[in-house]
Amino acid sequence: MTVPTTAAGSIAARRTALAKVGARLLSREAGVAATLILVVVFTTLQNPNFVFSPDGYRDLLLTPSILMLVAVGQAFVIITRNVDLSVGSIVGITAYLTGRLFIDIPGIPVLAVFLAGAIVGGALGLINGALVAVARVPALVITLGTLYIYRGLNVAWVGSDRINASDLPREFRSLGTEQILSIPVLTLVAVMVLIAAAWYLRNTRGGREFYAIGSDPDAADLYGLKVNRRIITAFVMSGALSGLAGVMFAARYGTVSSQAGTGWELQAIGAAVIGGVAISGGVGTVWGAAIGAFLLLTINRALPVIGIQDFWQRAVVGALIIGAIVLDRVLAVRQARKLRELRDTNND
Amino acid sequence: MTELRTVSGPRRTMVPHGRPLWRRAVLTREGAVIGMLAVVIVVALTTVPNFDSPLTITFLLRDVAPILLIALPMTLIIITEEIDLSVASVVALSSVTVGILTRDGAPFELAMVAGVLVGAVAGTINGFLVTVVGLPSLAVTIGSLAMFRGISVGLLGTQAVTDFPEEWTSLARSNIPGTPIPSIMIAFVILAIIFGVVLHATPFGRSLYAIGLNKEAAHFSGVNVGRTKFILFVASGTVSGFAGVYFTLLYGNARGENATGMELAVIAAVLLGGVSIFGGRGALHGVIAGVLLIGTIGSALRLAGVTADIINVITGVVLVLSVVSASFLAWFHRARATARARGEKQG
Amino acid sequence: MTTPERDHPSMLELRNVSKTFGSVVALSDGNLALESGSIHALVGENGAGKSTLVKIIAGLYRRDQGEYLLRGESVDFTSTAQAKDAGIAVIYQEPTLFPDLSVAENIYMGRQPTNRVGRIDRKTMRTEARKIFERLGVRIDPDRVTEGLSIADQQLIEIAKAISLDARVLIMDEPTAALSGNEVARLFSVARSLRDEGRAIMFISHRFDEVFELCDTITVMRDGAYIATTPAHETTIEEMVRMMVGRDVATLFPKVDAEIGDVVLHVDGLNRAGVFHDISFSVRAGEIVGLAGLVGAGRSEVARAIFGVDSYDSGSVTLLGKALPAGRPAEAVRRGLAFVPEDRRKQGLVLDSGVARNLTLAVRNSLRRFGLIRTRDENRLTEAWATRLQVKAFAMDTVVGTLSGGNQQKVVLGKWLSTEPRVLIIDEPTRGIDVGTKAEVHRLLSDLAGQGLAVLMISSELPEVLGMADRVLVMREGRISAEIDRADATPENVMLAATHQTEAAR
Repeated sequence: MTVPTTAAGSIAARRTALAKVGARLLSREAGVAATLILVVVFTTLQNPNFVFSPDGYRDLLLTPSILMLVAVGQAFVIITRNVDLSVGSIVGITAYLTGRLFIDIPGIPVLAVFLAGAIVGGALGLINGALVAVARVPALVITLGTLYIYRGLNVAWVGSDRINASDLPREFRSLGTEQILSIPVLTLVAVMVLIAAAWYLRNTRGGREFYAIGSDPDAADLYGLKVNRRIITAFVMSGALSGLAGVMFAARYGTVSSQAGTGWELQAIGAAVIGGVAISGGVGTVWGAAIGAFLLLTINRALPVIGIQDFWQRAVVGALIIGAIVLDRVLAVRQARKLRELRDTNND
Repeated sequence: MTELRTVSGPRRTMVPHGRPLWRRAVLTREGAVIGMLAVVIVVALTTVPNFDSPLTITFLLRDVAPILLIALPMTLIIITEEIDLSVASVVALSSVTVGILTRDGAPFELAMVAGVLVGAVAGTINGFLVTVVGLPSLAVTIGSLAMFRGISVGLLGTQAVTDFPEEWTSLARSNIPGTPIPSIMIAFVILAIIFGVVLHATPFGRSLYAIGLNKEAAHFSGVNVGRTKFILFVASGTVSGFAGVYFTLLYGNARGENATGMELAVIAAVLLGGVSIFGGRGALHGVIAGVLLIGTIGSALRLAGVTADIINVITGVVLVLSVVSASFLAWFHRARATARARGEKQG
Repeated sequence: MTTPERDHPSMLELRNVSKTFGSVVALSDGNLALESGSIHALVGENGAGKSTLVKIIAGLYRRDQGEYLLRGESVDFTSTAQAKDAGIAVIYQEPTLFPDLSVAENIYMGRQPTNRVGRIDRKTMRTEARKIFERLGVRIDPDRVTEGLSIADQQLIEIAKAISLDARVLIMDEPTAALSGNEVARLFSVARSLRDEGRAIMFISHRFDEVFELCDTITVMRDGAYIATTPAHETTIEEMVRMMVGRDVATLFPKVDAEIGDVVLHVDGLNRAGVFHDISFSVRAGEIVGLAGLVGAGRSEVARAIFGVDSYDSGSVTLLGKALPAGRPAEAVRRGLAFVPEDRRKQGLVLDSGVARNLTLAVRNSLRRFGLIRTRDENRLTEAWATRLQVKAFAMDTVVGTLSGGNQQKVVLGKWLSTEPRVLIIDEPTRGIDVGTKAEVHRLLSDLAGQGLAVLMISSELPEVLGMADRVLVMREGRISAEIDRADATPENVMLAATHQTEAAR
């Protein structure tokens, strides 16, 4: 048996440092954040307008915030070892709903529209969650179906209609451009939601159960955790946050067609995976998913600046996703090996 | 022989099957789908105008052919508890390859072969990441779905190639002489027989079910799990590449956005056909019926004047209902089986 | 009932409990009285009704008839959560923890200490967890991730969970199956300290020596009914076995003398960093070589490396005179090597598949005709082996997961024997099998050796090793520490070699 030659004290130190859950968490999120900063710095050096122009600044903070909401919702679901492919369709529905509400109910308070978006999204998520939890059908399949259903309903509803900026009240549209202390309002709202979500998942009993369920669903069952309730909650969160994002979409872009939100499910999953939320569940944070969303969209914007046509954006996204999961795998294998070696030396 | 008592009584010879033939043939997911297909066809024939024209079959089969083709390797992949979400992107990649080579003057035969090869290469990449690096196929193929699609779009941008040799495009659109059945179905039938025989009547096929039900036990029994899955992913990519060539010829264009969303149609059809997403269960005849069922519903609705979006809604509902009911049935069977077995085991 | 009447009620009592599933009686007469401050063993063959009894206690099943009393009060649990709330904890053979979460979170999931606002108080959680581990006398870092912990440590975390719930009744279901000697000792001292705290402990095991070492009372069950309860010091192993089986079992290990032939398997200098070192030995045709040692000594790892499921760093394996390439199980099978693995359910069988499919899995390539395989041929082969091995199953496609442990093992054996191997490596041949089938398996191995098969048998049960093996190799911490001939092998020198280095070491 190999006997370590280092002193006992440093073994203990290595052991605690290595095995601490916190350490593992910190490294991934920090890494993604660092990458984001590097990308921003590098691209800005090429072209200062990337950040230091009104458009650039808005695209740096505002546009990713909308995806971030969807990614945070997706993180809730992925942490429980599920996936939600229907979020893009939900964004589309609520974006159009926003326009319709403003058109059909003149004078409706902006706050009511936000609430409506969240509630409708949450209801659509509830359907997903109920089917997954109660019928015990894999989320991949259910949300594949609801992706079809919700998008189909959306297109049927919208038809060839389209919401234009002129249809929306000015006070709503201005939300898309207003800033407080030079941070876009919508970004602030999104960040507040992010902080609330992160606090819930880290610091409440209910939040920790999400991780337990994703880490080992059978053990969670045996333990007596309310698995169904948490899974339904996760999908409701994903739906509600996507609904909120749909409202923000309308505020940011002003125009909504039947194709709004198409493909967002992939971006949200990509953002979460890049940010450290493992597809197998039980691992990762909403912070990671949020930073992942920022990284994804910022890289997309950065490509043309450094000379790569924006047609290659999706290819880059795909490469990033694959890179992230390969990295996860390499790290996990190395970690597992180290933990086993420490356990074996422990037993001597 | 020493007088040793064992738990149960004297041994009876084992019968071949635990359930009678009719139950095995009919009371299965496959039987249900085939039954549903028959019902839908009958309903459509009687209620939808123009459905009974021979053109219906032609258009239906022509459009659904890529999905039929790709569903074959997809079935095998899902049986081994993996998944390939990148198939539509590979179709696009193959289409773009064919388009670019044709546009730049290569002989068309070469371009077609290149399209199929590109699919094989894409499948190899997927297979490598899943079996050698050891990544979950869901995550990998979500990534490669984006990457391959991204490459397709990146290569052609917003352009489309539409100039293809007349003899090949008309071949793709032709029927078997004297019938309303498209010629592509010949290729499909050949492939279906190959995949069917492999799955149901070869040691390789047996190993697929074992892998899907218990990967570790399969490994311990001498099954080369990694190599087997690798082969399946390469097959999936190759068939997708071939489907991409056909797709390009059928519609006469190569664009980066070709076949968007096709992976969902394939997977929906495969699951509808009785293959379990958990692996280890499924049969080709069910899958073929599943693809035809979705195709027939779509075709009938289209003829009845229903718009594409509603057709999508209905497809989604059919998919969800089928897996929910399958899940319920499985739960029911399991509960009965364990209760019965508990009796035999006596606690 | 042979227990004396007490003036205060037992901690847990079952009286004439029965449970039926459909037309089959799983438990006809369950009786049990667990006292606080006692470690009570429950023994019986597979199928005796032990697990049904435990599941009723744990709240997984509801009894059909009879009384279930906790501290004298009648209870009727409809869920495991209710039983947990009432202070009953079950430690299963395979711990079910959350691998991605920390030890402390695993213990307190759903009940984490919180401050007034509802925010989880991690510091208190950590301190509480440390306190529990101190009481148990073990050192586990509450902040570390549970993934990668040994099964022994994981069991202790389950026990910590039970203590944090202040469980008054702890049921341990075959806890020592996967533990090394040190870990068993640690577990026993934990059990004793829990007993001294006044809790009631139930210990289910097939290992009689452990039962007598740890427990003060023994209850025997047979065929779904209660047989007897005696204090441990008033009975013997033989009497216990007799009560379990219903009659005297003359010989459990009928090893017949066989003609020993040439070397068929030769292992030379096998090494795998951190797992095993310099493993060299041979097995001859007709020989049964026993590989003894404590759990964790590396025996299964060596076997898996020889077969090819695991890899090794250096050394060689020679099969029938030709070098066997590493890491290629399919090749090993082709050349005549067979491996019956330790974990029947996870590694040996495809539980959801049928008997015939399982039995023909390893030989599927040989059943080919023109590249195709026919169900008829599979069934024919299966019937032949099922007859030989006396496998009791209704149909060829009966799902293997529904068979008893003994029958399952026979299917695995059939699978491997149908490959007509020259060498059979078998890991824990009779683990979790009733006494009757055990003897059948031993007789089978003996017959096969007599026909020229070379057998490498890994076993943690000394009587089995001593009875069956022509030669005993003992492994300790990754090395072969002794090689002892049948004539010289005694429990003492084998045990000694398994725990200490001796002069006879290679």
